[in-house]
Amino acid sequence: MALKIVKGSIDRMFDKNLQDLVRGIRNHKEDEAKYISTCIDEIKQELKQDNIAVKANAVCKLTYLQMLGYDVSWAAFNIVEVMSSSKFTYKRIGYLAASQCFHESTDVIMLTTNQIRKDLSSPNQYDTGVALTGLSCFVTPDLARDLANDIMTLMSHTKPYIRKKAVLIMYKVFLKYPESLRPAFPRLKEKLEDPDPGVQSAAVNVICELARRNPKNYLSLAPLFFKLMTSSTNNWVLIKIIKLFGALTPLEPRLGKKLIEPLTNLIHSTSAMSLLYECVNTVIAVLISLSSGMPNHSASIQLCVQKLRILIEDSDQNLKYLGLLAMSKILKTHPKSVQSHKDLILQCLDDKDESIRLRALDLLYGMVSKKNLMEIVKKLMLHVDKAEGTTYRDELLTKIIDICSQSNYQYITNFEWYISILVELTRLEGTRHGHLIASQMLDVAIRVKAIRVFAVAQMATLLDNAHMLTGNTQRNGICEVLYAAAWICGEFSEHLENPMETLEAMLRPKVATLPGHIQAVYVQNAAKLFATVLKSQEGNTDSTTAQEASQLMIDRLPLFVQSANLEVQERASCILQLVKYIQKLQQKDVEVSEEVCALFAGELNPVAPKAQKKVPIPDGLDLDAWINEPPSESESEDEQPKAIFSKEEPKHSRPRHTEVDEKELARRREARKQEQANNPFYIKASPSSQKVYQETPGVEHIPVVQIDLSVPLKVPGLPMSDQYVKLEEERRQKERAEKKKKDKKKRKEKRSGRGKKHDSGPESEEDITPAHMVDIVTEEMPENALPSDDDERDPADPHKALDIDLDKPLADSEKLPVRSHRAAEVLKSPAEDEEGENVSSLEPKKKSSKEKREKKKDKDKDRKKSKEEKKKKKHKHEEKEEADLLCGQADEPAFQSEETNEVVTPPTSTSADVSDLDFWLSNAPVPSNTQEAATVAAAEAAPAPGAISVTTPDSEPEEPKDTEMEETKSSKHKKKKQKREKEDKEKKKKKKHHHHHHHHGDKGGEESVQNGTVEEEEPLPPMSNYCLLAENSYIKVMMEDADEAYDIQGNLQDGSQVVVSVIFENKCDSFLKSMEFNVLDSLNSKLQRPEGSGPHDSLTIPFQLPPGVSNEARFVFTVQSIIMPQKLKGTLTFIVKNEESSTHEKLDFKLHFTCTSYLITTPCYSDAFAKLLESGDLKSSSIRLEGVNMPFHHLLARICFHHHFSVVERIDSCASMYSRSIQGHHVCLLVKISSQTVSVDAKCDEPTLLGNVLDEIKQTFSQC
Amino acid sequence: MIKAILIFNNHGKPRLIRFYQYFAEDMQQQIIRETFHLVSKRDDNVCNFLEGGSLIGGSDYKLIYRHYATLYFVFCVDSSESELGILDLIQVFVETLDKCFENVCELDLIFHMDKVHYILQEVVMGGMVLETNMNEIIAQVEVQNRLEKSEVRPFLSSSKSFPLIYVFGFSQVSAIKYSLSVL
Repeated sequence: MALKIVKGSIDRMFDKNLQDLVRGIRNHKEDEAKYISTCIDEIKQELKQDNIAVKANAVCKLTYLQMLGYDVSWAAFNIVEVMSSSKFTYKRIGYLAASQCFHESTDVIMLTTNQIRKDLSSPNQYDTGVALTGLSCFVTPDLARDLANDIMTLMSHTKPYIRKKAVLIMYKVFLKYPESLRPAFPRLKEKLEDPDPGVQSAAVNVICELARRNPKNYLSLAPLFFKLMTSSTNNWVLIKIIKLFGALTPLEPRLGKKLIEPLTNLIHSTSAMSLLYECVNTVIAVLISLSSGMPNHSASIQLCVQKLRILIEDSDQNLKYLGLLAMSKILKTHPKSVQSHKDLILQCLDDKDESIRLRALDLLYGMVSKKNLMEIVKKLMLHVDKAEGTTYRDELLTKIIDICSQSNYQYITNFEWYISILVELTRLEGTRHGHLIASQMLDVAIRVKAIRVFAVAQMATLLDNAHMLTGNTQRNGICEVLYAAAWICGEFSEHLENPMETLEAMLRPKVATLPGHIQAVYVQNAAKLFATVLKSQEGNTDSTTAQEASQLMIDRLPLFVQSANLEVQERASCILQLVKYIQKLQQKDVEVSEEVCALFAGELNPVAPKAQKKVPIPDGLDLDAWINEPPSESESEDEQPKAIFSKEEPKHSRPRHTEVDEKELARRREARKQEQANNPFYIKASPSSQKVYQETPGVEHIPVVQIDLSVPLKVPGLPMSDQYVKLEEERRQKERAEKKKKDKKKRKEKRSGRGKKHDSGPESEEDITPAHMVDIVTEEMPENALPSDDDERDPADPHKALDIDLDKPLADSEKLPVRSHRAAEVLKSPAEDEEGENVSSLEPKKKSSKEKREKKKDKDKDRKKSKEEKKKKKHKHEEKEEADLLCGQADEPAFQSEETNEVVTPPTSTSADVSDLDFWLSNAPVPSNTQEAATVAAAEAAPAPGAISVTTPDSEPEEPKDTEMEETKSSKHKKKKQKREKEDKEKKKKKKHHHHHHHHGDKGGEESVQNGTVEEEEPLPPMSNYCLLAENSYIKVMMEDADEAYDIQGNLQDGSQVVVSVIFENKCDSFLKSMEFNVLDSLNSKLQRPEGSGPHDSLTIPFQLPPGVSNEARFVFTVQSIIMPQKLKGTLTFIVKNEESSTHEKLDFKLHFTCTSYLITTPCYSDAFAKLLESGDLKSSSIRLEGVNMPFHHLLARICFHHHFSVVERIDSCASMYSRSIQGHHVCLLVKISSQTVSVDAKCDEPTLLGNVLDEIKQTFSQC
Repeated sequence: MIKAILIFNNHGKPRLIRFYQYFAEDMQQQIIRETFHLVSKRDDNVCNFLEGGSLIGGSDYKLIYRHYATLYFVFCVDSSESELGILDLIQVFVETLDKCFENVCELDLIFHMDKVHYILQEVVMGGMVLETNMNEIIAQVEVQNRLEKSEVRPFLSSSKSFPLIYVFGFSQVSAIKYSLSVL
């Protein structure tokens, strides 16, 4: 034995260790691969040995080789062997190797489960630590499921070293096994207050990471985090929390308001730049989430901007960069605050650091206005000249174009200036963005009609100086602009001063060196020019010019006919033959110009990018059906030219040629014949139709958007001429560099002369009016485009909208789906079985919340669908169970019960946890138990699908609450308990009622229409508390008719409140955001607004709606008198946002507060009921309902459901019912039915209220 | 979350790679090459943030790096991490290395990649920051090293036998600048 050990040691002496391997590799620089392959062979030998030390050594070397890029997965089993060594040293080596090369599809992982479990429970904390570290890198869904419980136990380990690792790894477990989140979450939350700062930090880390993906679910933790934020001194923790708040504020603007102050304090007090920066970032997020009409926050904005300026001015490049980054966030909402720092940002353009320059460029993009555009672009142009390195220069170029063209050229007041800028940019050598400049030139020339004269002149100059652009043709992207120049000169040739000259320039032999697609445009447009020349010479007795033109064409075109490019060749030979024919005619003195011009008649308009999509598919056209059966193999021939063609196709907004074979084309033509006939913008091949177009006088039907542009030529006033001086300077610079553009100079002088003439004009600088009409032609749409199909493709990709909203990548939310947090299968999951006693304390929470979820779901469904009785019974059983559970929980200490409550509340039912949060957030002096009631009410709303009930404790006196949080906390919970208990009791009672109805029910009610089947047991007709409030094409607003009404303290008269639940449903395909709800208060009823807002301010709805999504918001109203029904007018404003635009929309509605809505379902025993009737305080009244054709129990159910009554007693066809108003009025009913006639005798201590309630009951039954 | 930690030298030779998301070996090498390409062309006096590594992450991810003498320490992180925080974390890590190796140099990393990993494991775990307190990190590393020494005979853990060629220029780098590790 001893000998064996010695032998092993000696073996190892001679084995290479990691250092030897590294040294060896360094000594074999020439034949590294060969050396390594021999090493791998050695390693394989070592792995075969029994000695674990040898194996560990081999595995260690493999880890090194893995880093060098060698696949070592073949040794996975050996790695597992080393992992299972009993010695820490080897175990550590094994786990390291595993963490480097194991992944989900490594099959040996499944062998490790027990080993890892053993290590996790090892008495040596470092064994546990090493296992946790390793596992964090290669945890799989199976491992997560199997080990979740062990890890959760470790979260309470005695050693903080293990606790913090266990906490961190839980995040990985959640990702792989989402079902574990709910059971583990309470403990995770506990760790937020762990005595060890490391553990606390880890818990914050994990929760922040979770909340970042699904912020909504973690809103309820905000108070806890707020406490941590104000108490913690650990900057790491603070940074995480502050970042988390940045993610939460968009969901809950009130949170933002609460945050501003502590954050501002931190900004002032901290010396840690990282913390300062994150605070500023979150303040910015808060400011963005609060709507801009908050004047008192301008101080915060100023503070942020001022601090950021300090960062940007810092010599530390990192701070400078981050400062600019944050500045760009402010820019989006508060551009003015940033614009005042323009100097600083322009300065950053000179920075030596490219990242910083790019950031500054981004900022500039948002800072331009009509006033400063020219100035900013001028500065950028200077930078373009100075810039070294094409990447940055290209970036500048695209930025200049982006800046100028943004929002449909919104900021350009002078298009001549813009064209000159574009021309100037063509002098950039080696840019990749020639096509970008070209498309801008085309776009401007086509869409801004007034600029065409100028543009054509500039383009002619460009064509004339084409040789300057084509220094080294092939690699120079800038020659793309010639494409635009040629096209503009050809298309708008009527504006050319000297078409003949330009024609000559376009037919120079040098042109043949240009890329094919440009040559093709040259040839085609030469023909257009030729037509113009002929036209201009028409009527001229001297026909020499025209003949010269023909001769020129005939002389130069053969060069293009020989072109290797198919397109060029084809066009050239067509045109050549045409010109030859024209020449013949000319020689016979035949007037040809009209016919030649007709070839190119008609206007070309820009087509909107989505136009094609918007053409509705004609009836009977199946786009998926084969038109011709797919051809056999012989396609290869066709494909090649196609490929070439598409490769050369430039990216322009010009109409393109579609490559379709003739037959298909014919069919398509057939199919769309009708549309084409009606559409004046189709350019058709037949000459006859062209003539028609020539005759149609204008282009009135082209949609034209008028924008308030101005061209300084005619705009008087000093500031404008100031700008003009700047413009002048720019021009001169350009002139210096480009001496040859003499005619332009002339033009310029002319202009400056004109400008001066108008100097004394009366206009102020503010209202810049268009000098001569400049239209921007909008892009064209087919005339039968469907306006509503706007984002037709969005529904197919619903996550897109969500992405924008939550600012989270789709893939991540898939990793940890919201729903699966509280998936119903929690109990069935295998891990649960193992969790055993550890989780047993959690079990009830899980269960109850699960049931709630189900019930909630059910409730929603049941509002529309009737339900089988059986199901209902089952349900009630569950409810009972829940009630017991809740009672049980109530015995727990108050603190825990708070936690329970928060956990139990399903995160998505915003109502419940939000109202808890409401309490914390509300600055308004709302007595705390009102909020309490809201919470309970919301929780309560879920289980009871029928009558919605809220008990108001009328027996035990409760001391009034002060708004101080700390104090209320404990008492709050006590009360919650009490209430819960009450409700539970009450619920049980109600259940009995239900039973009652159903068992005594007559047959023959309405059948469930929705289900379409006749159920064996008679269903209740569908009932919904929600009524439609208002609706338009964008949004549908449903109101639950002021259901949960509750009083504050039993039956005090003051401060009665009503909660209105409103469901907002997005019906359109766009994103709805910035929804604001406002109601015109009456003397009697007032909408509760947060403190500090005026009586007419609207409430921001704390969510946004992606297409097709609905969500519920609750509004609290204060009512004084409840005896009369109320109608309140209100407005909902919102922004409809889609890809292209966002528009403000508004929807008016009327909130109807019936007297019924002030009633609360309150149980009453028959003896108490009898006493009440006997007391003689009640006034009576009665109604009769004729022709009621429904079973009695339906009738009662309806009264219970719609009017919040409860049945006290029922004997055959007679029932007594009771309800109470929020202000304590008793309402008693005696309902009798005999042969379709229902008589309702009622008593109440307030006759007006009674009258109104009876009217409403009547109304209910008249509707059915 | 930290997606990856890469340490390579001025020539792009990897000295330590730690991916917190699985990539195949060839992809890992490609990422190292791309990252080296991006980082190495930057001057030392420019900012330490880089956007646009295309292979790893995407738009939500940033490269945050520091350059010490012959080595680049690159962290690829997403937007949940504080940029300045990570810069300080790199500093904490390097200073920890310096203490553990007594004047760390590139050769330490070359010959003791495993030990560097063990130190890193005490700083970052599964892509999340585990510990930022240098003393705590060093304490844990030392306990584990002692544990190892007690298990394995000393002749195996070879002491440093090579000269300190490239000593990090710590004097050039100020201490933890953004005063983060205040605990």
